[in-house]
Amino acid sequence: MADTIFMALGTIAVLSAVFCVFQRNALAAAIWLVLTMLALAGMYLILGAPFIAAIQVLVYTGAIMVLFIFVIMLLHLGEGASDIRGPGAKAVGLVLSVGMGAFLLRLAGYDPALLAFELTGTTDLSPAAVFETAEVARQAAEGQGVIGAIAAPLFSTYLVPFEVTSLLLLTAIVGAVVLAKRRI
Amino acid sequence: MLLGPALAFSALLFSIGVLGVLIRRNAIVLFMCIELMLNAVNLTFIALAQYHGVGGQLMVFFVMAVAAAEAAVGLAIILAVFRHTTSVDLKTNTLLQG
Repeated sequence: MADTIFMALGTIAVLSAVFCVFQRNALAAAIWLVLTMLALAGMYLILGAPFIAAIQVLVYTGAIMVLFIFVIMLLHLGEGASDIRGPGAKAVGLVLSVGMGAFLLRLAGYDPALLAFELTGTTDLSPAAVFETAEVARQAAEGQGVIGAIAAPLFSTYLVPFEVTSLLLLTAIVGAVVLAKRRI
Repeated sequence: MLLGPALAFSALLFSIGVLGVLIRRNAIVLFMCIELMLNAVNLTFIALAQYHGVGGQLMVFFVMAVAAAEAAVGLAIILAVFRHTTSVDLKTNTLLQG
């Protein structure tokens, strides 16, 4: 059941991403991208990351895409001439991205056993023995709750990146305010 | 669970984002395609976090913070460029092309 829903959500995500790229109207493209991100949030839920799914809805579809739609409406970009490049650039883009997609799609063959084999070099160990950190994380999630299991390493192992992120956000706020001033 | 399909969807979404960056000229749509690529990579992180512990989920957390900062500054730059040239079409904004 979960597999079927995952496949359906993935198909929705890919299709609306295609519509987003080929949609002439910038506002409609943004709405298609919102659909992609909501489908991705559902996929995160199935992949066992409910907190990240909530953050995806809050930050990506809630904050970032609203900012995009705000700017699109502010600049009045609704209608107008098509901004898709000419046939030459289109052909080059299609060839490059399809080639890259075909190359990356080989990843679809991965399963836990193959991943464990590439990490250890032997097939003797079962995936459960190789990925014991996953089991530790699962037990932590059961003991501390989903958010607690993420928050504990965030404030111990990953404390420096966390603090650097707050510095980055402060810089972004100052930068956005300075750039939005009438005279730079 | 579902490792292969998740990686496949991630690959598809990333290539669609690359395609968008290559064929569109509207700076804002270009930005949205970059967000699409970031989302594709996040899906990979989440899929592999099932096996490697919560490190992958934390990385997604940081990617989202960086994406939010990038969107705020990038859109402010686009607004400033629009005020200067009254266009967000990359065909007309070629001042840095030399």
